[in-house]
Amino acid sequence: MPNINTEIQKRILVLDGAMGTMLQRYNFSEEDFRGERFKDYPSSLKGNNDLLSLTQPQAIADVHRLYFEAGADIVETNTFSGTTIAMADYNMEDLVYELNFESAKIAKKVAEEFTAVNPDKPRFVAGSIGPTNRTASLSPDVNRPEFRAITFEELRIAYKQQTEALIDGGVDVLLVETIFDTLNAKAALFAIEEVKEERNIDIPIMVSGTITDASGRTLSGQTVEAFLTSISHIPLLSVGFNCALGAEQLKPYLQRLSYETDFNTSAHPNAGLPNAFGEYDQTPEQMQALIEDYLKDGLINIIGGCCGTNPEHIKAIAEVAAKYQPRQLKVQV
Amino acid sequence: MADSDCKKYLTLSGLEPLVVTPESNFVNVGERTNVTGSRKFLRLIKEEKYDEALEVARDQVDGGAQILDVNMDEGMLDGVYAMTTFLNLIASEPDIAKIPLMIDSSKWEIIEAGLRVAQGKCVVNSISLKEGEEEFKRQAKLVKRYGAAVIVMAFDETGQADTYQRRIEICKRSYDILVNEVNFPAQDIIFDPNIFPVATGMQEHRLNALDFFNATKWIRENLPYANVSGGVSNVSFSFRGNNTVREAMHSAFLFHAIKHGMNMGIVNPTMLEVYDEIDNELLELVEDVLFNRRCDATERLVDFAETVKDNKKEVDDAVQEWRNEPLQDRITHALVKGIDAFIVEDVEEARQASKRPLEVIEGNLMIGMNVVGDLFGSGKMFLPQVVKSARVMKKAVAYLQPYIEAEKDGKVEFAGKILMATVKGDVHDIGKNIVSVVLGCNNYEIVDLGVMVPPEKIIETAIKEKVDIIGLSGLITPSLDEMVYVSKEMEKKNLDIPLIIGGATTSRAHTSVKIAPNYKDTVVHINDASRAVTVVGELLQKDSQTYKDQIREEYDKFREQFLKRGKQKEYISIEQARKRKFKIDWNVSKIVKPKKLGIQIIDDFDITKLEEFIDWSPFFRSWDLHGKYPEILNDEVVGEQARELFKDAQELLKRIFDERLLKAKAIFGLFPANTVNDDDIEISSVSSSGVINNQEIFKFLTLRQQLKKREGVPNIALADFIAPKDSEIQDHMGCFCVSTGFGTEELAANFEADHDDYNSIMIKALADRLAEAYAEYLHKEVRINVWGYAEKENLSNEELIKESYKGIRPAPGYPACPDHLEKKTIWKLLKVEENIGVELTDSLAMWPAASVSGYYFANPESKYFGLGKITEDQLKDYAKRRSISEDEARKWLNPNLAE
Repeated sequence: MPNINTEIQKRILVLDGAMGTMLQRYNFSEEDFRGERFKDYPSSLKGNNDLLSLTQPQAIADVHRLYFEAGADIVETNTFSGTTIAMADYNMEDLVYELNFESAKIAKKVAEEFTAVNPDKPRFVAGSIGPTNRTASLSPDVNRPEFRAITFEELRIAYKQQTEALIDGGVDVLLVETIFDTLNAKAALFAIEEVKEERNIDIPIMVSGTITDASGRTLSGQTVEAFLTSISHIPLLSVGFNCALGAEQLKPYLQRLSYETDFNTSAHPNAGLPNAFGEYDQTPEQMQALIEDYLKDGLINIIGGCCGTNPEHIKAIAEVAAKYQPRQLKVQV
Repeated sequence: MADSDCKKYLTLSGLEPLVVTPESNFVNVGERTNVTGSRKFLRLIKEEKYDEALEVARDQVDGGAQILDVNMDEGMLDGVYAMTTFLNLIASEPDIAKIPLMIDSSKWEIIEAGLRVAQGKCVVNSISLKEGEEEFKRQAKLVKRYGAAVIVMAFDETGQADTYQRRIEICKRSYDILVNEVNFPAQDIIFDPNIFPVATGMQEHRLNALDFFNATKWIRENLPYANVSGGVSNVSFSFRGNNTVREAMHSAFLFHAIKHGMNMGIVNPTMLEVYDEIDNELLELVEDVLFNRRCDATERLVDFAETVKDNKKEVDDAVQEWRNEPLQDRITHALVKGIDAFIVEDVEEARQASKRPLEVIEGNLMIGMNVVGDLFGSGKMFLPQVVKSARVMKKAVAYLQPYIEAEKDGKVEFAGKILMATVKGDVHDIGKNIVSVVLGCNNYEIVDLGVMVPPEKIIETAIKEKVDIIGLSGLITPSLDEMVYVSKEMEKKNLDIPLIIGGATTSRAHTSVKIAPNYKDTVVHINDASRAVTVVGELLQKDSQTYKDQIREEYDKFREQFLKRGKQKEYISIEQARKRKFKIDWNVSKIVKPKKLGIQIIDDFDITKLEEFIDWSPFFRSWDLHGKYPEILNDEVVGEQARELFKDAQELLKRIFDERLLKAKAIFGLFPANTVNDDDIEISSVSSSGVINNQEIFKFLTLRQQLKKREGVPNIALADFIAPKDSEIQDHMGCFCVSTGFGTEELAANFEADHDDYNSIMIKALADRLAEAYAEYLHKEVRINVWGYAEKENLSNEELIKESYKGIRPAPGYPACPDHLEKKTIWKLLKVEENIGVELTDSLAMWPAASVSGYYFANPESKYFGLGKITEDQLKDYAKRRSISEDEARKWLNPNLAE
């Protein structure tokens, strides 16, 4: 059995790139999203990327395959919005277990194919646990600052369901990512700890926050160090940042994180900042050079890409990652 | 994973971290936000004066508190509610939320409520062995899982530790359980070995301070990484009312406790003398008591206390330093810090110093807001702070408003009327609110439509309110498209109101390339609130044409730069798309001839029949209550509101039914039909006697998807669901119009005359629901009885809502057939207006509004789909088929035209 805890000590692990960017290439129509099974579904389903794990499983498997071919060690399941909270937009709360379970299975199957071909480079599946579309510590209503559109308990229940399904589907790691509100992440970690206890299992957890703007803080207002402090009560495989910023803008925060934490570090930045049309145009070569700066400074244990990245980016990143040693954790006692 | 040694410090966080290292000396916990310790705070919480309660918290932070203790333990309070509400409010005050919280309660459910709303790493105050090991372990495990540190009281099953020995025994036992059994990080444990009063006159209290000091020392030496804290003011309890002595006792106690290893404590900084400044005689007397150095130590201190009783210092909160600064600095400070406690007083001062009240807004307040804008722009302030600033601004303006009005003989004369909306699909309105406030401050009347505003509502309101400018805001990237759509809709509706675009993902480039070309009037992008004032000012001056021309020219130039690099979606030609049509095998497809062809009118329908067909979910959605009916009624968040709304709706619905307040009418027809030339459907009219008239032919024009699709996925048009003429199979289709809107306007007007806006909106919402229900009802009638192709159908209302039936009833203007012009054909074919009185407006909206019209397709393979974008070639072809100019065709189909 390949073990990510031992692999991560040997080398820098490469995470995959964006799923959404790849799926856009398919130009899936409303009918494609619906597939046969949901053809009469009352609401529009276009844009529900997670649903494609059920209606276009081949496409999802193909994207995973492309990333593994590009050199990724870890792919993320297509479950970023796989909670009852996020799925409520499509009235698909009842499908959450199945979406996560099937997504995990799709990714796991592809990972196993690759591991079988090259057992020296075992491939892993990270169950993607997104932030949901609601914030537990910010009010959506300026005039009612005490109001919350979602509670910790609601989040905990939703995350627990997602976690159970991902684990049942066979993920190797859980990845709580794109955290813009730390309280949401804490609810996810709480839920994961419950599942671990109830099932008497251990499963590695990756945590990845999002620094939203030039203030250097999360959307919910925390600094890098405060964020780290708030999520370090659980043993983590890694802690890092993803999304919102490009590799260049992310670096100072990664440096601070790397300095402060004893956990492994991860980063999956966007392919630069979006241009005026919301598109990302950083080339694989440009991104590779920026990532190499991380590696030279020994900041990273897990590296990948977020919005706007594709297999070419990951290939470039994997190439350069292979040349460097992983970040060394501080001496352990 | 083993922790490294260097990390064994207590680390907490609010918005910022707090690391308690040996160099930290002493961490000061603010204690005034505690209902058991502050009568003022208790009163504020009881009276729900949370604004003022927040000021108490802010004072603590300003006064140097590094952790904020919050306690809501009072018999008359709902502690869970008070804790949740107060901590939620703190979360929106970055100046307070920056420091970690201490959640202080003797009730576990209140502690848990606090932990569930705090994003940072808090301290739980407290747990203990009081209820036994099991409960202690259970709570400790949860504290750890919530990610908090914990204060452990020296308390066990037999009571509170009151001797040195008991203190260290209980702390040792607690520590071992926590570290060895619960795996609680040792550095996250803070012991409170009980500070008890000294100099009480009771013999057994003489060692209280000394035992505390020694126990503290023992803990720090024997329980690795553990911390020690305590509530300092307890020590001077017997000198209540004598602040001189109390302050000296606090300082001296603290000084020595820290030397013994106490590294955290709850202290009121205003009740603390500087150790070095304590009167020498008093200090000696105090230390005699603390260290139990003399038998008569208590008596001597009590005697001394008598002599200083009248020296009592005023303990009113010290006036903060910034209050002494010049007026403008105070106003700016209040705006930047988001403090509204003094803003009215400062604004009043400014008003008296100004010639006109408006000058205060344009001068003092704008100067402050510009500072806010600059700090925000440079990343030195972040969003929640700016929102706070905006609230202070609102309060200031609200205060000035009556003066401004009075100045103009009681009439509010606004410089212009501006509509503000966050576009559909987006909930982010901070930027919009700031711009609204700033513009409001500049004497513009703001019509704020809130968030997730559909384009129809923006346009409708803009027209209705005769606004001078429309401002659109959005934060997420999909909002970019929505804004494009709104601008196109504005053009479609022929508006001539300047449009302002703002929000995080918007840009001048996007505005110039994607929005400005859609709309003939001025479109300007603004990136901050202060620029909004300039732009709006320019746009609304009398001779604004020069400015408008200049903007248009700038944006045209800008656009040119981008046109070269535009990426294109791939479309196929209409010819190719037609070859890839949705193919039905007409030789096997089941075609049912309607039992009764021709037009039928239902002039006066028993509206009560519709009740069971109502789809309530959209009703709730129209009131911004999101969720599926009936689950929404028990929703944790909106359930209560939903139930109330539903009750009111039921009441009004009952009135509608009982008093026949609304009249429902319907018309529909079923006709022989065949597809011709791929995309058109030819209809033969049928006379009232049921005779088919092949001379009177109508044509429905359908539009075909052109987006390039994967092999095997068709490019659909509605015409694909009807057998083509050359198949020589006679197919059929239908069309309909229903309305339940007759009477709505009058009722709404009556409600409005009674100032009952609630029911005025309600009646409209209900009429809409009834119209949809009628369409559903009628479709079912047609399927089962009139056409009869689904005679055996037996579907519940829920299944109807899910569109589980066979055949479809798409409506012109909706995704499958976005072409509103088709309604004209339906109106002609059915003589809708003559027969049931539903009219079409210039923009082809139906009147009364609560009306639905559409087609009936019966083929079992027919399905709902979205047309998507079409290209020039189909547009030209369509214009020819419709016999209208390409320009007119373009106008109607613009939202569906690919760029």
